[in-house]
Amino acid sequence: MDRLHWLQMLAAAWDAYPLEGCGLLIGAPGGGRVERFVTIDNEAGSSRIYRLDGNQYARAALDADDEGLDVIGVMHSHTHTAAYPSPTDVAEATKPLVPPDWHWVIVSLAWGFPELHSFRIDAGGGIHEEPVGLSI
Amino acid sequence: MVTVSVRLPTVLRPAAGGQSKLSVAGAAVGDVVDRLIEDYPALESNLVDDEGSVRKFVNIYLNDEDIRFLESLETPLSEGDELAILPAVAGGQ
Ligand SMILES: [Zn+2]
Repeated sequence: MDRLHWLQMLAAAWDAYPLEGCGLLIGAPGGGRVERFVTIDNEAGSSRIYRLDGNQYARAALDADDEGLDVIGVMHSHTHTAAYPSPTDVAEATKPLVPPDWHWVIVSLAWGFPELHSFRIDAGGGIHEEPVGLSI
Repeated sequence: MVTVSVRLPTVLRPAAGGQSKLSVAGAAVGDVVDRLIEDYPALESNLVDDEGSVRKFVNIYLNDEDIRFLESLETPLSEGDELAILPAVAGGQ
């Protein structure tokens, strides 16, 4: 991802604080490169859970589809735990209809300075951290 | 009976012959869902439960509005409406 997207995700986490922030990673279908990050309101309005605002999510996904792009992942923040998928995150990632190749980005604000990590979560619930490459 | 366009999420496209956008006729959202399942039976278990209700992890949008906030499957359709089916996304720390 570009440094800009990395900064946008950290900003989305801070901006939503003390609630959980979230957003969508848009890129080429099935790809790993972020073309755009879209901040989405947390419909749950909670510091412990997030739910992507349905209408904003639909609009962002359909706009991406119109451009030949696709949702390739989801970012959300953890306000007081590490940047690692929780059991709830894993359960959500392995639901039907959620593509198994999505990238799950978590920004933790637990330690004062934000930390961003990205994961793949396979159909069996296995968590695999992946490196995040930053380009200008 | 009107014709609307239906957009399918990436994961459901293989079950619909690889199509991302379909034209389907129906008077209400439920007719369109029935028609989709009739034409592409592989979609059924993904879209509705045994009682025929839309599954919890599925969101259906009519012109960007979640049908749960309209009249669900009874929501009437107008010519040219756009339906989109997307996975619900949530989580928590
Ligand atoms: Zn989480």
